[in-house]
Amino acid sequence: MHAPLLEVQGLTHRYGTRAACNNISFSLYSGEVLAVVGESGSGKTTLLRCLSGQLRPDAGCVMFETRNAGAVDVWGMSEATRRMLARTDWGFVHQNPRDGLRLDVSAGANIGERLMAIGARHYGNIRGEARAWMSKVELDVQRMDESPAAFSGGMQQRVQIARNLVSRPRLVFMDEPTAGLDVSVQARLLDLLRGLACDLGLSAIIVTHDLAVARLLAHRTLVMHDGCVVEEGLTDQVLDDPQQAYTQLLVSSALPA
Amino acid sequence: MYVAVKGGEQAILNSWRLLAEQRRGDAGIPEITLTQIREQLGLAVDRVMAEGSLYDPELAALAIKQAQGDMVEAVFLLRAYRTTLPRLAASLPIDTSAMSLQRRISATFKDVPGGQVLGATYDYTQRLLDFELSNGAPVAPAPAAANALPAAADIATLMNAEGLLAEESPPADDAEPPDLTRDPLTYPAGRALQLQNLARGDEGFLLALGYATQRGYGHTHPFAGEIRQGAVIVEVVPEELGFAIEIGEITVSECQMINQFAGSATEPPQFTRGYGLAFGASERKAMAMALVDRSLRAGELGEAVTSPSQMQEFVLSHSDNVEASGFVQHLKLPHYVDFQSELELLRKLRARHFAGAGTDGAAT
Amino acid sequence: MNENSRAGGYNFAYLDEHTKRMIRRAILKAIAIPGYQVPFGSREMPLPYGWGTGGIQVTAAVIGPADVLKVIDQGSDDTTNAVNIRRFFVRTTGVRVTGRASDATIIQTRHRIPETPLREGQIIVYQVPIPEMLRWLEPREAETRKMHALSEYGAMHVKLYEDIARYGHIATTYDYPVIVNEHYLMRPSPIPKFDNPKLHMNPALQLFGAGREKRIYAVPPYTAVRSLDFEDHPFEIQRWQHACELCGAADSFLDEVIIDNEGARMFVCSDSDYCTQRRDAHRRAVA
Repeated sequence: MHAPLLEVQGLTHRYGTRAACNNISFSLYSGEVLAVVGESGSGKTTLLRCLSGQLRPDAGCVMFETRNAGAVDVWGMSEATRRMLARTDWGFVHQNPRDGLRLDVSAGANIGERLMAIGARHYGNIRGEARAWMSKVELDVQRMDESPAAFSGGMQQRVQIARNLVSRPRLVFMDEPTAGLDVSVQARLLDLLRGLACDLGLSAIIVTHDLAVARLLAHRTLVMHDGCVVEEGLTDQVLDDPQQAYTQLLVSSALPA
Repeated sequence: MYVAVKGGEQAILNSWRLLAEQRRGDAGIPEITLTQIREQLGLAVDRVMAEGSLYDPELAALAIKQAQGDMVEAVFLLRAYRTTLPRLAASLPIDTSAMSLQRRISATFKDVPGGQVLGATYDYTQRLLDFELSNGAPVAPAPAAANALPAAADIATLMNAEGLLAEESPPADDAEPPDLTRDPLTYPAGRALQLQNLARGDEGFLLALGYATQRGYGHTHPFAGEIRQGAVIVEVVPEELGFAIEIGEITVSECQMINQFAGSATEPPQFTRGYGLAFGASERKAMAMALVDRSLRAGELGEAVTSPSQMQEFVLSHSDNVEASGFVQHLKLPHYVDFQSELELLRKLRARHFAGAGTDGAAT
Repeated sequence: MNENSRAGGYNFAYLDEHTKRMIRRAILKAIAIPGYQVPFGSREMPLPYGWGTGGIQVTAAVIGPADVLKVIDQGSDDTTNAVNIRRFFVRTTGVRVTGRASDATIIQTRHRIPETPLREGQIIVYQVPIPEMLRWLEPREAETRKMHALSEYGAMHVKLYEDIARYGHIATTYDYPVIVNEHYLMRPSPIPKFDNPKLHMNPALQLFGAGREKRIYAVPPYTAVRSLDFEDHPFEIQRWQHACELCGAADSFLDEVIIDNEGARMFVCSDSDYCTQRRDAHRRAVA
């Protein structure tokens, strides 16, 4: 068995006296998609920010299996290494695509940015890659020189996904990637994500309040409540045969998003 | 024939002479004296001293005269002189609670120990142009009681006793405050550096920002806890003596703005403070400064930073009118070379546009 | 030095010796880390911010009584700002001044590098309005310093990519970004990109002073300076279809001058010293 790609141990983050994440531990293996589900305020977004190097936890460690140096604590490595990971081996898809895009440059430039950040210096090749990714996320390649500001929400989200995947990240973090979109747009985007995850063997952690997203995309699911993990297992098991009272409540849709 | 810009030297010399003539105005009218400026345009002198960061009414009056009353130019003149002065010693912190008060008001308590002292203020003058002044009417003597008011404890201290106002103790490593005029401003700037920057900052800039906080851009729920104005003693400790000696007296205006604070996970709800201090009778400046100081503490107090007045880099990098005036006006300098480059580019782009070429050529 | 020719009451070159030492320390640090912006305690000079206070402080810190100074603005010795700065130094140092680039030991410049190649031992001092190349991409100083420290320059290429996508070529014409010594991204000050190749492996010491922004940076002699580009869209300089109408030079940066009310134009060298010398040489040859 390979070492896990990401191993979280005893992760805790407090806002004042309230623990937004309380002693959380889990592992993610390469090629796996993990959903973190819970109500808003359950601590799932805080967890994602702690995992992805954006918010330093108060306790615990986040071990990431790096390409060259084995497992390294994300919060023990230098900021330089962490920022390098964030623009190469990691991807981060924001709920609001405007947080993850440059709206003042074209879709093509948005997609090509990571390539340029890691040293690509051939305009034609960068453009070719950007074009290829436009079509992989099912966008009209004719529009690659337009600003994403002129795109619909669903299209912007596709640009954001392409912008992240272009560097072939080994781990992608997604924060409610389909929330805020119309239901029909959501369905098509989920379909696309599932296809990409399958084709590319993506490893991903998806934070969502929407159990349908977890069911469609995630191999495993982790249920959070009040900053704690209350249940964890294969997605089908967790959603079809929840063991914990809270999960049962969540699955029966008695809880607000 | 091409003559371009030869003769710059002569043009500058001529310009100096024109300026001198313009400054003097009609030679048939008596020349204004520095004493007249110092005595009769005292608030202008105070503002130039405050933003020029140099307490010297005589030099400030000279700067105002030389600048024909252009305040920003006068501040610039004073600053450029100040920078050449040797640093002989650093004074001890002035003690404003020992101030000999000329004016002292609180908007938060009806009466306060030491009393409210209205002093000389334009606040209640009704702003009617006084046409008698145009003929130089004699001035009746003011009642004498306003002198020699007893020193009064400041209101912040009184509120502190009850724990209503957040403690403001010096930082643990209470180091020498940095000197903005000797060392470059670095970010994030500590409170000492921030206050120093605001104290030299342009009154108009701070006034506009402070006003914006009252209209909702970074609202701080302010109350004018105390405004005091008067003379304070300046002391230094010469190395060879080892004890403090008095070297003079300066007039300052101080404002303690008291602001609501909802509290955080670690702090109980309490009032917090914004602080303003300026040389001379510069009450508007001190109040605006206190509003902006408090607004800039948003990050430290865990409030959402959404408005320019809460953004330290925005405020501190743009508060200095000498910097701002220079950079805005440098646009007068020739930019032939840059402009030529842009001209060439624009012609090229227009040629392409009218030739009907799209951007397809750019594509692979 | 001839004290009589200098303005009384001020130290040689205006600044006091402590300040000069502080600036020299910043310059040494800048030379040791080519392209890195060293913060320094910029003083309030008797000239306005934005008018060359950074360059003036750098020149004041390195100038000695034996130096020969040339000051240019837009390539010309005769523009009012150049005249004013030159007068300032004559007044405060009494040093010899010249219009000839080859005679000068120190050249202070705004927006141009002389056409006459510089040589070893010369110092060229650039006046810099905004030293931070990343400023339009990221307004926060704390963040741009981090981006430099980590060489995070991808966003800079995004701008160039966007130019090509939109116009078919890189549309930046002056203040064109460069990488110094294969490390720091540097703003060459608003020189036309025509001058960028002169930055590369220049035998002279190149110092950059930004007074208002309180930064000094440097390119030591014989240091590699590379203009950013793409392999398939290499860096190019401006070319004119004209030659200078005064001296006939076909290799210099040309200013366009409107000569009558009908809008007739002529093109002449922006570098007035270079143009004059070529005309003198031509006259001598004819005579």
